Amino acid sequence: MRHDHLITSKQLAREDVELVLDRAAEIDADPAAVAERHAGKLLGLLFFEPSTRTKMSFETAMKRLGGDVVDMGSIESSSVKKGESLADTVRVIEGYADALVLRHPREGAAKMASEYVDVPLLNAGDGAGQHPTQTLLDLYTIRQNAGLEDLTIGVMGDLKYGRTVHSLAYTLTNFDAQQHFISPESLQLPREVIYDLHQEGATVREHDGLEAVLPNLDVLYVTRIQRERFPDESEYRQVAGEYQIDLETLEDAADDLTVMHPLPRVDEISPAVDGTDHAAYFEQAHNGVPVRMALLDLLLGDSP
Amino acid sequence: MSDDHELRVSKIRDGTVIDHIRGGQSLNVLAILGIDGSRGEEVSVGMNVPSDRLARKDIVKVEGHELSQDEVDVLSLIAPDASINIVRDYEVVEKSRVERPDVVEAVLECPNPGCITNADEPVTTTFEVLEDGVRCAYCGTIVREHIASHIQE
Repeated sequence: MRHDHLITSKQLAREDVELVLDRAAEIDADPAAVAERHAGKLLGLLFFEPSTRTKMSFETAMKRLGGDVVDMGSIESSSVKKGESLADTVRVIEGYADALVLRHPREGAAKMASEYVDVPLLNAGDGAGQHPTQTLLDLYTIRQNAGLEDLTIGVMGDLKYGRTVHSLAYTLTNFDAQQHFISPESLQLPREVIYDLHQEGATVREHDGLEAVLPNLDVLYVTRIQRERFPDESEYRQVAGEYQIDLETLEDAADDLTVMHPLPRVDEISPAVDGTDHAAYFEQAHNGVPVRMALLDLLLGDSP
Repeated sequence: MSDDHELRVSKIRDGTVIDHIRGGQSLNVLAILGIDGSRGEEVSVGMNVPSDRLARKDIVKVEGHELSQDEVDVLSLIAPDASINIVRDYEVVEKSRVERPDVVEAVLECPNPGCITNADEPVTTTFEVLEDGVRCAYCGTIVREHIASHIQE
């Protein structure tokens, strides 16, 4: 990896992605081979927002590499509650840990924090901005299920605030994927993201319904329509039903369609889909561990 | 461009003449420079003056104030064709055209309330200069219109 910090998926060239995914596959095949690889190293977890999968998968990944974690804990029990700045917090924890993982509610927080530390800092989500490590596990899952070549993907749900979507969209431009974005008008991709995709030469197609594109998709990546984003409940109810996947919806899909979701889901995907060959979202969550092990291994370098 | 048009606004002894501002942008230029007359500055403004290079241009003359490079950088965002004349004792001692910088720092506020630059953190606002606007280096927000209204107070 050419980068000390992982702040945005825009940093990830195709060869970076392939390096991480190949390393993840090696680790997945033989996790025992790296069980002591980073013994004695510590990963600092700074989560300023609630997180289950991301936080636990980083913790698991570090421990499976033989290392350990130091956890800032909840905001309520930390110095943040006393008014400490993020810049000060990361400078303090840098002194304890060999690498940092940051989740923060503000866009650009990881970039700013990285300017204050010398140890590798990984962005585990910054507001509605970016979530690049999620993208790497998404790509790993896509590669396992559908391959990354000649990919046609539909990304559906809250595309405006969905940081996983923004990160994924940028990285897929490296693979010349055909990307279809399906959302209510009020939750379309931010124009900044569209601008970047055009700059990268990507063809962006936006839709307000799934029907027309579903039969052509290799992957359908679903995100939660966030009720709290709507000014009133009736507007939410109006659109929410249009963006739910059930067995009936999938009748028009290709037999080998892969359905993904960064989780947690609420009612975007019916539990009836879980038992079908389409469902890859739990596998996707499980892939967080080998992918984050690979990433940490590459960023932490050789064992002491 | 004739001297007649230049003379429509009074000559200054010491200060800056900003010429070839796009027609109608002179008030934004003053806003960028933080000049509102409240400190008693002597300012002359010519608006929509005929011009050879631009069909219509504005001119701003500010007595007693020489523009810094930072000010020129920001000025370039809304007045890319402007020329800067530094005047001392009624003589133009320096004449230059503005050049668009790659980035502008510590000048504009990000309009995104969720951006880390709007939190109480020690961070300098940084905007990448695009063909048709500016972009926050932290959250990626693009500002294309009314750039002058985002100048930091």
